[in-house]
Amino acid sequence: MRMKLTASIAGFALAAISGLAAAQTVKIGVLSTYSGPTTAQGDQLDKGVKLFMKLNGTKLPPGVKVELVVRDDGGANPDNAKRIAQELIVRDKVQFLTGVVWTPNAAAIAPLAAQAKVPFISMNAAGVAIPYSSPYFARVSFTLWQSCYPLGQWAAKKFKRAYIVVSDFVPGHEAEEAFTKGFKEGGGQIIGAVRVPLANTDFAAYMQRVKDAKPDVLFAFNPAGKQATAQMKAYADLGLDKAGIKYIGPGDLTTDEELQSMGDAAVGVMTVHHYSAAGDRPANKSFVAAYKKEFGQNLNPGFMVVGAYDGMQLIFDAINSLKGKMDADNTMAFIKSYKNPNSPRGPIAIDPDTRDIVQNEYLREVRKVGGQLANVELDTIGKMLKDPWKQFNPKK
Amino acid sequence: MQSFVSSLVSVAFHGLAYGMILYVISVGLSVTMGLMGFVNLAHGVFAMAGGYVMLTAMNKYGVPFPLALALAFVSVAVASIVLERLLYARLYTAGDLEQVLLTIGLIFMAVALARLIFGTLQQPVYLPGYLKGQFALLGRDFPAYRVFLIGFSAVLVAALWFGVERTRWGAKVRAAVDNRPMAQAIGINTSVLFSGTFALGSGLAALGGGLGAEIIAIQPVYPFEHLVYFLIVVAVGGLGSLRGPFVAALLIGVSDTACKYWLPQFGAFFIYAATIALLLWRPAGLFGKA
Repeated sequence: MRMKLTASIAGFALAAISGLAAAQTVKIGVLSTYSGPTTAQGDQLDKGVKLFMKLNGTKLPPGVKVELVVRDDGGANPDNAKRIAQELIVRDKVQFLTGVVWTPNAAAIAPLAAQAKVPFISMNAAGVAIPYSSPYFARVSFTLWQSCYPLGQWAAKKFKRAYIVVSDFVPGHEAEEAFTKGFKEGGGQIIGAVRVPLANTDFAAYMQRVKDAKPDVLFAFNPAGKQATAQMKAYADLGLDKAGIKYIGPGDLTTDEELQSMGDAAVGVMTVHHYSAAGDRPANKSFVAAYKKEFGQNLNPGFMVVGAYDGMQLIFDAINSLKGKMDADNTMAFIKSYKNPNSPRGPIAIDPDTRDIVQNEYLREVRKVGGQLANVELDTIGKMLKDPWKQFNPKK
Repeated sequence: MQSFVSSLVSVAFHGLAYGMILYVISVGLSVTMGLMGFVNLAHGVFAMAGGYVMLTAMNKYGVPFPLALALAFVSVAVASIVLERLLYARLYTAGDLEQVLLTIGLIFMAVALARLIFGTLQQPVYLPGYLKGQFALLGRDFPAYRVFLIGFSAVLVAALWFGVERTRWGAKVRAAVDNRPMAQAIGINTSVLFSGTFALGSGLAALGGGLGAEIIAIQPVYPFEHLVYFLIVVAVGGLGSLRGPFVAALLIGVSDTACKYWLPQFGAFFIYAATIALLLWRPAGLFGKA
């Protein structure tokens, strides 16, 4: 009996101590893709988180610790992502949800995060309407409207007839809509549009179709990675460049991590995007140098690395501002007024009305710099640009 | 009319190039499945390995393209003999399920290994100058690389056909496919024959992986991502034949390209519909023995 009593007192004491300790440990649930056919994207996100933790992991208020709970979502799979997010919320009791490469996954998690009142920061997933589905959702990455709408406006000044080739999934459709709106408003004409299935390998047929239609400009979107490379190779292979058809699109086409494998086919491709590893800003130069030191001199950070890095920065800033006493509504209030003047991509902020990212959009061209291909930033065509889609479609 | 004919030529050309690559990669699978009755789902691993060997030799050690391609063929063929003796041979008499489990396991290991060694990104391909650019012929442009693909694969197909139909080795292989116990009874060492044929099939896959690297990117999930296509070629063509997969690969390559060109809204759906229709018509494949 006595033994039992002592044991239970000790148990209570332990519980009290661990309860105290728990108050000082902020748990962050990170969902990324570590298995399945799309690990390359998850790997980028993971590297951004790791780099941030290595450089800034201890910059916290005294006595406060951060614990990352990392989970694999296995690719674009909303049911799976929802289940994992539920586990993170209920069992691990995370105070932040973050990561998430894929829009369908983020769209599935956002309502859940709203119910559980857990701030959910998208490091990549760019589906334009997601913020409307949860007041506890904020995004540090981008939307395709942010890059493709100004690109359409710019292109309309240079070209008359455009052909559109996009991947047949939600981001592809968003890119197509945004570009079409910008291009038509500027007086351009869309002479054809094709949606390519995500499982496609050989792009020759599509590029031949474009070539035979003789447009001035080809607007393309593929998810960052091997598809973008395959399409660009087919473009050069079939001589569309020599036929005078300019290749343009959002920065997903020429991501910095993949650019070197595209070869000379990519030279001259023009894109609009918020991040380039070749960006001429001091914050970016030190960021790229740190990345190369950590992961290899031949590697360049892509926009997902920056998304993850800035996402961690935002979470750490929130923790510091609240001194580790995390509360969902205070956190969201902090996030809504968030500004970071020194991101590697330039100044960024969160739009208080939509909790979406506000950032510069740069017009870039692929050029050879010192024997390496680089997205050279030519002009800032959108200064601290809010997501245009939400201005055309305000929440009712 | 003029433009229709010229687009017809383009579609046939691109479809041919894609089909040829599919054939060179898949023919080995047809042989292992037909000849040895072994369900080798890990066949794509050999194609991927060939791609990695070729690109590493080219990018890291500056080996010229033709030599790197030969190196891919030889090294993968040799490595596959080791695998065959060590793993595959143990399961020749086992059921389909065991073979599927073993080879799926091999894919998982190969994917993880490739990721560990080469990372998740695709390997860059730098083709030699003579394979870049286009030929202009009859008012159409033909990409040099794809012309080379078609030419090289055609020579390969001819050599294979000659080997199987006109040589002693080919006669033995055909005998073993038709009736293994009888072939063994008349003194053909089928075990050695199998190892050799397996190595040839794997080597061809490696060749296909290397040749097609510019179109089918070399990255760790390659064996999974393209498995369906390899299986379609073999299933539609019929097990154990050389001609079957050839016709099937060309059919798939050309019809897939044609559908993408003229009816892009149906996308890659057509290839599956065609497979279902063909298999309903001939369940054993075009040239398979029912």
